[in-house]
Amino acid sequence: MSADATTLGGPRSGAADVLVRFARNHAWTLGLFAFLAVLLLFTKYVNSYYNLVSLANTATSVLPLALAAVAQAIIVMAGGIDLSISSQMALVSCFAAILMQAYPGDLTAVGIVILALALGVLLGAINGGLIVLTKVPDIVVTLATFFVWAGFALLVTPKPGGAAADWLKGLVVGSVGTDLLPKALIMLIIVVAAIWIPLSRSRLGLSIYAVGSNRLAAFRSGVAVNRTKFLSYVIGGLVAAFAGLSLTASTGIGTPVPEPTYVLISIAAVVLGGVSLAGGVGGVFGPIVAVVVLQLIRDDMTFMHVDPNLGLVAQGFILIGVLVVGSLVQMRRSRA
Amino acid sequence: MTAATGSIGGRNWLRLATLRNMLRDYPLVPLTVLLILLVVVVQLVQPGTVNANWAANNLRQAAVLAIIAGCQALTMLTGGIDLSVAYVASMSGFVTATFVHQPGGWVLGIVVALTAAALAGLVSGIGVGVFRVHPLIMTLGMGLIVYGFSNVWQLRSLQTGAGVPAELHTLGAGLTFGVIPNDLLVFVPVAVVLILLLRRTGYGRMLYAIGDNPTAARLSGVRAWQVLVVLYAISAVLAAIAGLIQSGLSNTASVTLATPYLLPSIAAAVIGGVSIFGGRGGYSGTIVGALILTVLTGFLSIILPEPWRQIVFGSIVVLVAAAYTRVTGES
Repeated sequence: MSADATTLGGPRSGAADVLVRFARNHAWTLGLFAFLAVLLLFTKYVNSYYNLVSLANTATSVLPLALAAVAQAIIVMAGGIDLSISSQMALVSCFAAILMQAYPGDLTAVGIVILALALGVLLGAINGGLIVLTKVPDIVVTLATFFVWAGFALLVTPKPGGAAADWLKGLVVGSVGTDLLPKALIMLIIVVAAIWIPLSRSRLGLSIYAVGSNRLAAFRSGVAVNRTKFLSYVIGGLVAAFAGLSLTASTGIGTPVPEPTYVLISIAAVVLGGVSLAGGVGGVFGPIVAVVVLQLIRDDMTFMHVDPNLGLVAQGFILIGVLVVGSLVQMRRSRA
Repeated sequence: MTAATGSIGGRNWLRLATLRNMLRDYPLVPLTVLLILLVVVVQLVQPGTVNANWAANNLRQAAVLAIIAGCQALTMLTGGIDLSVAYVASMSGFVTATFVHQPGGWVLGIVVALTAAALAGLVSGIGVGVFRVHPLIMTLGMGLIVYGFSNVWQLRSLQTGAGVPAELHTLGAGLTFGVIPNDLLVFVPVAVVLILLLRRTGYGRMLYAIGDNPTAARLSGVRAWQVLVVLYAISAVLAAIAGLIQSGLSNTASVTLATPYLLPSIAAAVIGGVSIFGGRGGYSGTIVGALILTVLTGFLSIILPEPWRQIVFGSIVVLVAAAYTRVTGES
């Protein structure tokens, strides 16, 4: 492999060199895309009616989960983990839905959306603040706040209810121009582009990777470790609020009981998407693709008239299988 | 012990450092004080609540939580965690119930359930130990697999029907002499074995060694992968036993029966003084942690409506964990 790189990396083949370096740096993501491609072919095989429009619909149905995975990815990259993400989403979603029902009107809805996003920032700040100030492990703090946010969501509305402004629903339901471009996909791209791209190019983004990969080294190089960790939770909270709002927008109501599988699937997607749970490695595009992959697996099971529960089994096996392969590759690489 | 501490030097035993050491080495003392305080508060707020019946009820609930928390305590000692326990426990109760009307009966059911659990644990252990997959993810994936298979099994066994065997119901919900819960018959031996395992055996010491410093453990000749494979199998079997008791206690069998125990089980181990980073803690503290959480949940459900109960529960877990970290000075 290294021989290939040197022959290709001669002075005259600059473009090829860049390509090889790109492939090596993004090996995991490329592998994931290859997996997605195979999965799509398989989907086409089991269901001949499957086409690009269906793929677009799949993308629409996973919007909340994709945003949750992005939020989780940002936090995990900084070396944390957020088990409270699904109840954050439930709380923000209920908060927005109940307020929109109480104060209808398109203009007030804009204010409510801003308030809901601010709520997400606040929840993330509380998570991050508690972790940094008390030095209690992330997993314990967010486990506890899972209950707290879920309790507040039940206080906001004891049963599913509320309403969503029409323009908000219009943002994620339907498509623009052709059926191939669902609005949900555009929203996902806008949110990710607005938050992740500036973040990954900023000083803070670099600090997040630094803190995630080696806390002590980052501290000694002058990175504000605690502030970085805190901010990763704040940004994660903001993205989780977008995820909560997308729940409200796509269902039209707020449901106070957190979806039990969201936390697990968001973590699974983050890991499948090439983000190391130890922190410091990865991006947010891998996790988004992973969410689509996980959803496609379940869809395929439905098309094949297999018991959908076997879909869960398949998801579990694929999650484990991919990780085993990944760790084998890493072991071989570190031995070489 | 009091004589020894007294002779060290007058009032010096009250120093903060001593308190710190005591909390770290004997978390049982402050935890028991906390539990007693909690019981006193319960009695003061609702006079007449605390009686033999109340105690038996709490012990019954706490036994199930304590066994599942034992899975977390053992795996957390090595720096791992077991997120598959809730699904494994539910599966075991459910599978046993589906065998009631079959040839072989519930005894065969229990054998099948425990075997399935051990198998799941073995696979988790191989993933964590041999392939070095992060325990969080490995057991999460295994949980999904077990849950999926339980659902499939549920559809298959629709015709045959299911019912909790009377024997399990007696074990889970019955009382001996009118006060002693029967499930203690299972829990006490389990607890004794686990405590002895951690304190008196080489295997237990290896768990601490791996959690404290994996490299040092490897260099001293510990074959970590073997230890971990066995560990996750033990954890899954423990979870399955807890599931059997829980299905008897609630007299229901469902594939999600034990899922509400997942997060409290981690909380119980943490409150009981087990470090989530590994290497520190024990099972006796975890048992008291489970008792505290059970009494607390029961108490909160009497005085508070559901939303506030969750809010207070979560806040208390953070507070106790923060107090712990502050006093023992570990991060």
